Amino acid sequence: MKTPAEATDEQIIDRGIEDGAAKLTQDKVKRVVQKMLAAEGGARLKTYIETCAHCGLCSEACHFYISNDKDPAYSPAGKIKQTIGEIVKKRGNVSVDFIKTACEISFTECNLCRRCVMYCPFGIDAAYMMLFMRRICHKLGVVPQYIQDTAHSHSATLNQMWVKEDEWIDTLHWQEEEARDEIPGLRIPIEKEGADIFYSVIGPEPKFRAQLIYQAAVIMHAAGVDWTMPATPGWDNSDMCMYTGDVEMMARLKKVHFETAMRLKTKRIVMGECGHAFRSVHDVGNRYLGWKMAPLPVIHAIEFFYELLRDRKIRIKKKFQKPVTFHDPCNIVRGRGLHEKARYVIHQTCKAFIEMHPNREHNYCCSAGGGVINCGPPFRKKRVTGNRVKADQLEAVKAKGAEIVIAPCHNCHGGLEDIIKHYELGMELKFLGDIIYECMEKE
Amino acid sequence: MHAIYEIVSGPMVWLAAIIFILGSLYRLIFMGRLAAKKDPMVFSYLSVYYSLRSIFHWIIPFASVNMRKHPIMTVVAFAFHICLFAVPIFLCAHIILINEAWQVKWWYLPNPIADVMTLIVIGACIFFLGRRLLLREVRYLTTFSDFLILAGVAAPFVTGFWSYHQYPGHETAAILHIISGEIILVMIPFTRLSHMLFFPFLRGYAGSEFGAVRNAVDW
Ligand code: SF4
Ligand code: SF4
Repeated sequence: MKTPAEATDEQIIDRGIEDGAAKLTQDKVKRVVQKMLAAEGGARLKTYIETCAHCGLCSEACHFYISNDKDPAYSPAGKIKQTIGEIVKKRGNVSVDFIKTACEISFTECNLCRRCVMYCPFGIDAAYMMLFMRRICHKLGVVPQYIQDTAHSHSATLNQMWVKEDEWIDTLHWQEEEARDEIPGLRIPIEKEGADIFYSVIGPEPKFRAQLIYQAAVIMHAAGVDWTMPATPGWDNSDMCMYTGDVEMMARLKKVHFETAMRLKTKRIVMGECGHAFRSVHDVGNRYLGWKMAPLPVIHAIEFFYELLRDRKIRIKKKFQKPVTFHDPCNIVRGRGLHEKARYVIHQTCKAFIEMHPNREHNYCCSAGGGVINCGPPFRKKRVTGNRVKADQLEAVKAKGAEIVIAPCHNCHGGLEDIIKHYELGMELKFLGDIIYECMEKE
Repeated sequence: MHAIYEIVSGPMVWLAAIIFILGSLYRLIFMGRLAAKKDPMVFSYLSVYYSLRSIFHWIIPFASVNMRKHPIMTVVAFAFHICLFAVPIFLCAHIILINEAWQVKWWYLPNPIADVMTLIVIGACIFFLGRRLLLREVRYLTTFSDFLILAGVAAPFVTGFWSYHQYPGHETAAILHIISGEIILVMIPFTRLSHMLFFPFLRGYAGSEFGAVRNAVDW
C-alpha cells in the first residue's frame, strides 16, 4: 500500500513535521504516547478500536478514498489502522518515522468531516480518532508548519491571522467609512454594551475579506438590528488550535470569545459564515470549558439570515438571476442541521436553485475543512486530487445549469476555489451574505 | 467418548456460560466506569430519545443510506445475525436438553427451518470470508484474528449440522459442536465479537451527538 508521499508521486517536505521529528527519539515517543494514552485514552478510544469489525463499510463515506481510486489506505478505518490503531496496539512503541507518517495522515488526509460516522454501523467516529492522533502529534511537537503558525498566532494575538488590536479597530472604521458612502446613516457599533447581537467573525475576514464585514454591516443596518463588535481580542471566533490538538489553547480562545460577548452584556452571538468556527463554539470549545452548551445562545449566519427573511426584516428587491447550487458545509449541516434553513434563504433570494447530489447530511466535504487547507501549500495538490469526487459532483450540477456555488463557510470557499480552478470547472463561488447584499433593499 | 461428552456437556457448559455472563458484565461495567472517569461528557450528552432513534435506524434493514448502497451485504448481514441468535435459542434439540435439566421449555423452530437457518449462517460466514479475501478495502483491514473469529463463529454451526444429519463421525462432531459453542460464548466479551455488547452504546452515543447536539440524522 501507499505511503502518504506516494499519493502525489512526490516527496512532500514539511518543515514543521521534519524539524519536530528531528528532535525526537523512539524512547521519547513511547514516553509521551504512553502518558497521553493513560491521561486521555478513555472509553471512546478503547471501544472504537475494539469494536471495529474491520468490515470496510465506512470506506465509501470518505471522499479521499473515492477520489484516490478506492485505495483502502484512505478509508476511514484504514487511516485509523495506520495511525492511532497501531499506536494503541504497540503501546506507543513506534518509530519516529511512524509518527511523521501518522502526522501527515491525520492532519492532511482527513477533514474530520464525520461523514463516515453515518456510514459505520457502529457510528465509530474516525474524526475523533484522527484528532486523538493529532493531539499526540501536538504533544510530540510534530505538526505541519503552516497550521502550527496559525496556532501560534492564536496564542499570541487571540486571532488566527496575527491581526493587531489597532489593525482590527482600523478595519472596522475603514469598512464603516466605505459603507457610509453607500448608505450615509450606517454604523458599525463598536463596544456597544447591552446590544442584542454580538457579531463575531474569523481572522481572515479583516485580513483578506473585509468586504464581508461591510456587507454584514449593510444587512444589519437594513434590518434595523441592534448589534456590536468588540474593540478587544475575542472578536475572532475561529480556532485552529482545535485542529492541531492544542485543546488547552482552544479552550482559552473560546473563553475569551464568550467572555467578550458577556462583558458587553449582549444577548446572543451571531457568527459569520464559517463552519469550523461554529463547530468550535457550539460543539467543542464549550465542552472543554465545562459548559454543556454555549453559555449564551450562539447562532450561525444561516440561521440569522433565515430569521431576518422569515420576519421580513430585510426585503429582496430582485431575486438573484443566475442559477445557483448549494454546498452543504459539514460543520453546520452534519454539525448543526442548518440545511433546510439555508435552502429557505436561497429560495427567498434566488430565482433558480439546483441541488447537487448527494446533499444535506450526505454532502461531500470540500476537503479544506478540519484544518487540512491550513496545512498549506505543501499539501495543496494532495488535497485537491484527494477530492476528485467533489469535482465530479460540481460538474454534474453544472451540467444541469448551475453557474454559482453558494457555500456559507470560509474553509469551503478555500477548498472549492482550488477544486474549481484545478478541474477547470469555471463556476463562481458566493456566500449567502453576498447574495443577500446584492439582492436586498438597502434603505 | 462418553466421559468426554459428560464433561463438555456438563460442567464446561456452566463454565462457559458463567465466563460469558460475568465477562460481559465486567466489560460493560469497566467501560462505563472508564467513560465516567475519562470521557464524562459521553454521559452528559446521552439522550434516550436520540439513542433509540439511531439504534432503530440501524437495526432495521435498509433504513440507512449505507445499507441501501450495499444491498447484498445488508441482506446477508441481517440474515446472518438473526439466524445466529435464533438457531441456538430456539433449536428443538437445545430446548429438550434444557428441559431435561431444568424442566423449562419454550417455543422452538421446526427442524427443517432450523436446518436452513444453520446453512444461512454457514453461507454468510463463507460470504464474509470472501469479502475479507476479495474486497480490497476489507482485506486491508483484516488481521489474522478476524479469520479466527470467523472460524469460531462458523464452527458450532458446521459441527451442529454435521451431527444433526448423522454424517460419519457425528459423535465426534457432537462433542466438537459443544466445545466450539462454549468457545464462542467465552470469546464474545473478550474479542471483536464484543461489538454485540457495545453496539447499542456506540450507536446510542453517535445518535445522541447527531440528534441532540447537531440537530442532524446519522443514517
Ligand atoms: S475525511 Fe471525513 S469521511 Fe474521511 S475519514 Fe475523515 S471524517 Fe471520515
Ligand atoms: S464501518 Fe465501522 S466497523 Fe466497519 S471497518 Fe469502518 S469503522 Fe470499522
